Amino acid sequence: MDLFHLLKKKNAPSSGSVAKDRLKLVLVHDRVNCSSQVLEMLKTDIIKVISNYMEIDNDELDIQITQTESDDKNGTVPVLYANIPIKSMRKVNQDSDAKS
Amino acid sequence: MSEVIVITSGKGGVGKTTTSANLGCGLAIQGKRVALVDADIGLRNLDVVMGLENRIVYDLVDVVEGNCRLKQALIKDKRYDGLFLLPAAQTRDKDAVSPEQMQKLCDNLKEEGFDYIIIDCPAGIEQGFKNAIAGADRALVVTTPEVSAVRDADRIIGLLEAHGLNNPGLVLNRLRVDLVKRGEMMNIEDVTEILAIDILGVVPDDESIVIATNKGEPAVSNYESSAGQAYRNIVQRIMGQSIPLMTFEEQPETFMEKLKKLFNH
Repeated sequence: MDLFHLLKKKNAPSSGSVAKDRLKLVLVHDRVNCSSQVLEMLKTDIIKVISNYMEIDNDELDIQITQTESDDKNGTVPVLYANIPIKSMRKVNQDSDAKS
Repeated sequence: MSEVIVITSGKGGVGKTTTSANLGCGLAIQGKRVALVDADIGLRNLDVVMGLENRIVYDLVDVVEGNCRLKQALIKDKRYDGLFLLPAAQTRDKDAVSPEQMQKLCDNLKEEGFDYIIIDCPAGIEQGFKNAIAGADRALVVTTPEVSAVRDADRIIGLLEAHGLNNPGLVLNRLRVDLVKRGEMMNIEDVTEILAIDILGVVPDDESIVIATNKGEPAVSNYESSAGQAYRNIVQRIMGQSIPLMTFEEQPETFMEKLKKLFNH
Protein backbone atom coordinates (compact mmCIF):
# COMPACT_ATOMS: atom_id res chain seq x y z
CA MET A 1 0.00 0.00 0.00
CA ASP A 2 1.46 3.32 -1.01
CA LEU A 3 0.23 5.78 1.57
CA PHE A 4 1.90 8.66 -0.18
CA HIS A 5 -0.35 8.35 -3.18
CA LEU A 6 -3.45 8.46 -1.01
CA LEU A 7 -2.43 11.91 0.10
CA LYS A 8 -2.33 13.12 -3.47
CA LYS A 9 -5.36 14.02 -5.49
CA LYS A 10 -6.34 11.15 -7.72
CA ASN A 11 -5.58 11.53 -11.43
CA ALA A 12 -4.42 15.11 -11.06
CA PRO A 13 -1.76 15.68 -13.73
CA SER A 14 1.55 17.03 -12.46
CA SER A 15 2.17 20.72 -13.07
CA GLY A 16 5.17 19.80 -15.24
CA SER A 17 2.98 18.05 -17.79
CA VAL A 18 0.37 20.82 -17.56
CA ALA A 19 3.15 23.28 -18.41
CA LYS A 20 4.24 21.17 -21.38
CA ASP A 21 0.70 20.91 -22.78
CA ARG A 22 0.02 24.63 -22.36
CA LEU A 23 3.33 25.45 -23.98
CA LYS A 24 2.64 23.17 -26.95
CA LEU A 25 -0.71 24.83 -27.59
CA VAL A 26 0.71 28.34 -27.28
CA LEU A 27 3.52 27.51 -29.70
CA VAL A 28 1.17 26.03 -32.28
CA HIS A 29 -0.54 29.41 -32.46
CA ASP A 30 2.70 31.38 -32.29
CA ARG A 31 4.27 29.37 -35.10
CA VAL A 32 1.36 29.62 -37.55
CA ASN A 33 0.95 33.25 -36.60
CA CYS A 34 -2.85 32.98 -36.82
CA SER A 35 -4.72 35.45 -34.62
CA SER A 36 -7.96 34.50 -32.88
CA GLN A 37 -9.66 37.11 -35.05
CA VAL A 38 -8.59 35.33 -38.24
CA LEU A 39 -9.66 32.01 -36.75
CA GLU A 40 -13.07 33.47 -35.95
CA MET A 41 -13.46 34.73 -39.54
CA LEU A 42 -12.44 31.32 -40.84
CA LYS A 43 -14.97 29.69 -38.56
CA THR A 44 -17.79 31.96 -39.82
CA ASP A 45 -16.89 31.22 -43.44
CA ILE A 46 -16.75 27.47 -42.87
CA ILE A 47 -20.17 27.54 -41.20
CA LYS A 48 -21.56 29.55 -44.11
CA VAL A 49 -20.32 27.10 -46.74
CA ILE A 50 -21.27 23.93 -44.89
CA SER A 51 -24.72 25.31 -44.04
CA ASN A 52 -25.51 25.32 -47.78
CA TYR A 53 -25.40 21.53 -47.68
CA MET A 54 -26.29 20.45 -44.19
CA GLU A 55 -27.73 21.73 -40.97
CA ILE A 56 -25.02 21.78 -38.34
CA ASP A 57 -24.96 22.18 -34.60
CA ASN A 58 -23.38 25.61 -34.09
CA ASP A 59 -23.07 25.21 -30.32
CA GLU A 60 -21.11 21.97 -30.48
CA LEU A 61 -18.93 23.17 -33.32
CA ASP A 62 -15.21 22.96 -32.58
CA ILE A 63 -12.61 24.49 -34.86
CA GLN A 64 -9.02 24.95 -33.73
CA ILE A 65 -5.44 24.86 -34.85
CA THR A 66 -3.53 22.01 -33.28
CA GLN A 67 -0.63 19.84 -34.34
CA THR A 68 0.00 16.40 -35.68
CA GLU A 69 3.02 14.19 -36.26
CA SER A 70 4.63 14.97 -39.56
CA ASP A 71 5.22 12.08 -41.99
CA ASP A 72 8.18 13.39 -43.91
CA LYS A 73 10.10 15.50 -41.43
CA ASN A 74 10.91 15.12 -37.77
CA GLY A 75 8.56 16.71 -35.32
CA THR A 76 5.09 18.06 -35.72
CA VAL A 77 3.18 20.22 -38.18
CA PRO A 78 0.18 22.44 -37.52
CA VAL A 79 -3.25 21.21 -38.65
CA LEU A 80 -6.65 22.81 -38.80
CA TYR A 81 -8.91 20.60 -36.74
CA ALA A 82 -12.67 20.86 -37.24
CA ASN A 83 -15.33 18.86 -35.47
CA ILE A 84 -18.70 19.79 -36.94
CA PRO A 85 -21.72 17.81 -35.73
CA ILE A 86 -24.37 17.39 -38.44
CA LYS A 87 -28.02 17.73 -37.45
CA SER A 88 -29.48 16.88 -40.83
CA MET A 89 -28.75 17.05 -44.54
CA ARG A 90 -30.32 19.78 -46.61
CA LYS A 91 -31.89 19.06 -49.91
CA VAL A 92 -29.48 20.24 -52.51
CA ASN A 93 -30.70 20.88 -55.98
CA GLN A 94 -27.85 19.35 -57.91
CA ASP A 95 -29.25 20.37 -61.29
CA SER A 96 -29.40 24.07 -60.50
CA ASP A 97 -25.97 23.83 -58.97
CA ALA A 98 -24.51 22.35 -62.11
CA LYS A 99 -26.11 25.00 -64.28
CA SER A 100 -24.83 27.93 -62.25
CA MET B 1 40.34 30.20 -36.69
CA SER B 2 38.10 32.46 -34.70
CA GLU B 3 34.42 32.14 -34.05
CA VAL B 4 31.80 34.67 -32.98
CA ILE B 5 29.17 33.14 -30.68
CA VAL B 6 26.11 35.14 -29.64
CA ILE B 7 24.27 34.21 -26.41
CA THR B 8 20.54 34.89 -26.84
CA SER B 9 17.27 34.04 -25.06
CA GLY B 10 14.44 36.42 -25.87
CA LYS B 11 13.19 36.54 -22.32
CA GLY B 12 15.16 38.51 -19.77
CA GLY B 13 16.50 37.08 -16.55
CA VAL B 14 17.09 33.51 -17.72
CA GLY B 15 20.87 33.69 -17.44
CA LYS B 16 22.36 35.08 -20.66
CA THR B 17 24.92 37.25 -18.91
CA THR B 18 25.87 34.54 -16.41
CA THR B 19 26.23 32.05 -19.27
CA SER B 20 28.35 34.50 -21.30
CA ALA B 21 30.66 35.16 -18.35
CA ASN B 22 31.05 31.48 -17.48
CA LEU B 23 31.67 30.33 -21.05
CA GLY B 24 34.14 33.16 -21.60
CA CYS B 25 36.07 32.26 -18.44
CA GLY B 26 35.80 28.55 -19.16
CA LEU B 27 37.28 28.95 -22.63
CA ALA B 28 40.07 31.14 -21.21
CA ILE B 29 40.84 28.42 -18.61
CA GLN B 30 41.28 26.08 -21.58
CA GLY B 31 43.96 28.44 -22.87
CA LYS B 32 41.86 30.14 -25.54
CA ARG B 33 42.01 33.85 -26.32
CA VAL B 34 38.51 35.15 -25.64
CA ALA B 35 36.77 38.50 -26.08
CA LEU B 36 33.53 38.97 -24.16
CA VAL B 37 31.35 41.64 -25.73
CA ASP B 38 28.48 43.17 -23.77
CA ALA B 39 25.97 44.15 -26.46
CA ASP B 40 23.31 45.25 -23.99
CA ILE B 41 23.83 48.95 -24.57
CA GLY B 42 22.22 51.09 -21.87
CA LEU B 43 21.96 48.20 -19.41
CA ARG B 44 25.56 47.23 -18.79
CA ASN B 45 25.88 44.11 -16.64
CA LEU B 46 28.57 41.76 -17.88
CA ASP B 47 31.25 43.95 -16.22
CA VAL B 48 29.81 43.40 -12.72
CA VAL B 49 29.30 39.68 -13.24
CA MET B 50 32.98 39.49 -14.26
CA GLY B 51 34.08 41.72 -11.37
CA LEU B 52 35.65 44.23 -13.78
CA GLU B 53 33.34 47.20 -13.18
CA ASN B 54 36.08 49.41 -11.72
CA ARG B 55 38.33 49.16 -14.75
CA ILE B 56 36.12 50.60 -17.47
CA VAL B 57 37.47 53.59 -19.34
CA TYR B 58 36.07 53.22 -22.85
CA ASP B 59 33.14 51.15 -24.12
CA LEU B 60 31.68 49.54 -27.23
CA VAL B 61 30.06 52.77 -28.48
CA ASP B 62 33.37 54.63 -28.09
CA VAL B 63 35.02 52.02 -30.33
CA VAL B 64 32.25 52.14 -32.93
CA GLU B 65 32.27 55.95 -33.00
CA GLY B 66 36.06 56.08 -33.24
CA ASN B 67 36.63 57.83 -29.88
CA CYS B 68 39.26 55.23 -29.04
CA ARG B 69 41.05 52.28 -30.56
CA LEU B 70 39.63 48.79 -30.03
CA LYS B 71 42.63 47.77 -27.91
CA GLN B 72 42.10 50.70 -25.56
CA ALA B 73 38.53 49.65 -24.79
CA LEU B 74 39.31 45.96 -24.19
CA ILE B 75 39.67 45.31 -20.45
CA LYS B 76 42.06 42.54 -19.51
CA ASP B 77 40.61 40.08 -17.01
CA LYS B 78 42.32 40.01 -13.63
CA ARG B 79 42.36 36.19 -13.34
CA TYR B 80 42.92 34.73 -16.79
CA ASP B 81 45.40 35.63 -19.48
CA GLY B 82 43.80 35.87 -22.85
CA LEU B 83 40.39 36.93 -21.51
CA PHE B 84 39.17 40.42 -22.37
CA LEU B 85 35.91 42.31 -21.90
CA LEU B 86 34.47 44.93 -24.21
CA PRO B 87 31.88 46.65 -21.99
CA ALA B 88 28.59 48.15 -23.17
CA ALA B 89 27.93 51.87 -22.91
CA GLN B 90 25.74 52.68 -19.96
CA THR B 91 24.54 56.15 -20.90
CA ARG B 92 23.55 55.51 -24.51
CA ASP B 93 20.71 53.56 -26.09
CA LYS B 94 20.53 50.66 -28.52
CA ASP B 95 20.23 52.93 -31.56
CA ALA B 96 23.78 54.20 -30.99
CA VAL B 97 25.03 51.16 -32.94
CA SER B 98 23.94 49.63 -36.25
CA PRO B 99 24.14 45.98 -37.35
CA GLU B 100 26.77 46.95 -39.94
CA GLN B 101 28.93 48.53 -37.24
CA MET B 102 28.61 45.41 -35.08
CA GLN B 103 29.59 43.25 -38.03
CA LYS B 104 32.68 45.38 -38.53
CA LEU B 105 33.50 45.24 -34.83
CA CYS B 106 33.36 41.43 -34.90
CA ASP B 107 35.65 41.38 -37.94
CA ASN B 108 38.12 43.65 -36.14
CA LEU B 109 38.06 41.41 -33.06
CA LYS B 110 38.78 38.41 -35.27
CA GLU B 111 41.78 40.27 -36.69
CA GLU B 112 43.03 40.83 -33.14
CA GLY B 113 43.58 37.07 -32.99
CA PHE B 114 40.83 36.01 -30.59
CA ASP B 115 39.84 32.35 -30.77
CA TYR B 116 36.34 33.04 -29.47
CA ILE B 117 34.28 36.21 -29.41
CA ILE B 118 31.31 35.79 -27.08
CA ILE B 119 28.51 38.33 -27.46
CA ASP B 120 26.05 38.83 -24.61
CA CYS B 121 22.79 39.72 -26.40
CA PRO B 122 20.17 41.95 -24.74
CA ALA B 123 16.70 40.57 -24.00
CA GLY B 124 13.99 41.26 -26.56
CA ILE B 125 13.78 41.00 -30.34
CA GLU B 126 14.31 44.63 -31.33
CA GLN B 127 17.31 46.66 -32.42
CA GLY B 128 19.63 45.40 -29.66
CA PHE B 129 19.01 41.80 -30.70
CA LYS B 130 19.56 42.58 -34.37
CA ASN B 131 22.83 44.35 -33.53
CA ALA B 132 24.08 41.54 -31.32
CA ILE B 133 23.53 38.78 -33.88
CA ALA B 134 24.77 40.74 -36.91
CA GLY B 135 28.37 39.52 -36.77
CA ALA B 136 27.74 36.10 -35.25
CA ASP B 137 28.86 32.79 -36.78
CA ARG B 138 26.93 30.71 -34.29
CA ALA B 139 24.21 31.22 -31.69
CA LEU B 140 23.31 29.76 -28.33
CA VAL B 141 19.81 30.02 -26.90
CA VAL B 142 19.51 30.07 -23.12
CA THR B 143 16.19 29.12 -21.56
CA THR B 144 14.78 27.89 -18.26
CA PRO B 145 12.18 25.10 -17.99
CA GLU B 146 9.26 27.55 -17.76
CA VAL B 147 6.44 28.15 -20.21
CA SER B 148 7.25 31.83 -20.78
CA ALA B 149 11.00 31.31 -21.26
CA VAL B 150 10.60 28.36 -23.66
CA ARG B 151 7.98 30.26 -25.66
CA ASP B 152 10.38 33.19 -26.11
CA ALA B 153 13.21 30.78 -26.95
CA ASP B 154 11.05 29.31 -29.74
CA ARG B 155 10.50 32.79 -31.17
CA ILE B 156 14.22 33.58 -30.96
CA ILE B 157 15.13 30.33 -32.74
CA GLY B 158 12.82 31.34 -35.59
CA LEU B 159 14.38 34.81 -35.80
CA LEU B 160 17.93 33.42 -35.66
CA GLU B 161 17.15 31.05 -38.52
CA ALA B 162 15.63 33.92 -40.50
CA HIS B 163 19.02 35.66 -40.14
CA GLY B 164 20.91 32.57 -41.33
CA LEU B 165 21.97 31.33 -37.88
CA ASN B 166 20.70 27.79 -38.24
CA ASN B 167 20.50 25.14 -35.55
CA PRO B 168 21.52 27.18 -32.51
CA GLY B 169 22.69 25.24 -29.45
CA LEU B 170 20.33 25.09 -26.49
CA VAL B 171 21.43 25.77 -22.93
CA LEU B 172 18.77 24.69 -20.43
CA ASN B 173 19.43 26.76 -17.35
CA ARG B 174 18.26 26.56 -13.73
CA LEU B 175 16.92 23.03 -13.87
CA ARG B 176 15.52 22.06 -10.47
CA VAL B 177 16.23 18.34 -10.24
CA ASP B 178 13.99 17.86 -7.20
CA LEU B 179 11.03 19.49 -8.97
CA VAL B 180 11.60 17.46 -12.14
CA LYS B 181 11.66 14.25 -10.13
CA ARG B 182 8.28 15.13 -8.63
CA GLY B 183 6.91 16.00 -12.06
CA GLU B 184 6.44 19.63 -11.09
CA MET B 185 8.85 20.99 -13.69
CA MET B 186 9.34 20.25 -17.38
CA ASN B 187 12.29 17.92 -17.89
CA ILE B 188 15.12 18.04 -20.44
CA GLU B 189 13.26 15.87 -22.96
CA ASP B 190 10.10 18.00 -22.72
CA VAL B 191 12.02 21.13 -23.64
CA THR B 192 14.19 19.61 -26.38
CA GLU B 193 11.18 17.90 -27.94
CA ILE B 194 9.29 21.20 -28.13
CA LEU B 195 12.16 23.37 -29.37
CA ALA B 196 13.63 20.70 -31.68
CA ILE B 197 17.22 21.97 -31.56
CA ASP B 198 20.38 20.30 -30.30
CA ILE B 199 21.00 20.60 -26.59
CA LEU B 200 24.44 21.94 -25.75
CA GLY B 201 24.13 21.71 -22.00
CA VAL B 202 21.98 21.60 -18.89
CA VAL B 203 22.85 23.81 -15.93
CA PRO B 204 21.26 22.86 -12.60
CA ASP B 205 19.83 25.55 -10.35
CA ASP B 206 22.67 26.11 -7.96
CA GLU B 207 23.19 28.60 -5.16
CA SER B 208 26.89 28.76 -6.00
CA ILE B 209 25.91 30.85 -9.04
CA VAL B 210 24.34 33.49 -6.78
CA ILE B 211 27.40 33.46 -4.50
CA ALA B 212 29.81 33.63 -7.43
CA THR B 213 27.88 36.50 -9.03
CA ASN B 214 27.84 38.37 -5.69
CA LYS B 215 31.64 38.20 -5.67
CA GLY B 216 32.11 38.86 -9.37
CA GLU B 217 33.83 35.51 -9.94
CA PRO B 218 32.16 33.22 -12.49
CA ALA B 219 31.28 29.78 -11.03
CA VAL B 220 33.02 27.90 -13.86
CA SER B 221 36.27 28.10 -11.88
CA ASN B 222 34.62 26.57 -8.78
CA TYR B 223 35.28 22.84 -8.91
CA GLU B 224 32.79 22.12 -6.13
CA SER B 225 29.89 23.75 -7.94
CA SER B 226 27.59 21.54 -10.03
CA ALA B 227 26.66 24.53 -12.20
CA GLY B 228 30.37 25.18 -12.64
CA GLN B 229 30.80 21.58 -13.84
CA ALA B 230 27.89 22.04 -16.25
CA TYR B 231 29.54 25.16 -17.71
CA ARG B 232 32.89 23.36 -18.03
CA ASN B 233 31.09 20.63 -19.99
CA ILE B 234 29.50 23.21 -22.31
CA VAL B 235 32.94 24.74 -22.88
CA GLN B 236 34.25 21.32 -23.98
CA ARG B 237 31.30 20.90 -26.36
CA ILE B 238 31.84 24.37 -27.83
CA MET B 239 35.42 23.31 -28.52
CA GLY B 240 34.07 20.34 -30.46
CA GLN B 241 34.34 17.51 -27.95
CA SER B 242 31.41 15.27 -27.26
CA ILE B 243 30.76 15.03 -23.52
CA PRO B 244 27.67 13.23 -22.24
CA LEU B 245 25.04 15.36 -20.49
CA MET B 246 25.41 15.54 -16.72
CA THR B 247 23.44 13.09 -14.68
CA PHE B 248 21.81 14.46 -11.61
CA GLU B 249 21.47 11.24 -9.65
CA GLU B 250 24.02 12.23 -7.03
CA GLN B 251 21.83 15.07 -5.84
CA PRO B 252 20.88 14.62 -2.18
CA GLU B 253 17.35 13.48 -1.48
CA THR B 254 14.83 16.10 -0.56
CA PHE B 255 12.79 15.86 2.58
CA MET B 256 9.69 14.84 0.62
CA GLU B 257 11.55 12.03 -1.12
CA LYS B 258 12.77 10.71 2.22
CA LEU B 259 9.22 10.89 3.51
CA LYS B 260 7.93 9.09 0.44
CA LYS B 261 10.47 6.28 0.92
CA LEU B 262 9.45 5.98 4.54
CA PHE B 263 5.83 5.48 3.55
CA ASN B 264 6.71 2.91 0.91
CA HIS B 265 8.53 0.63 3.33
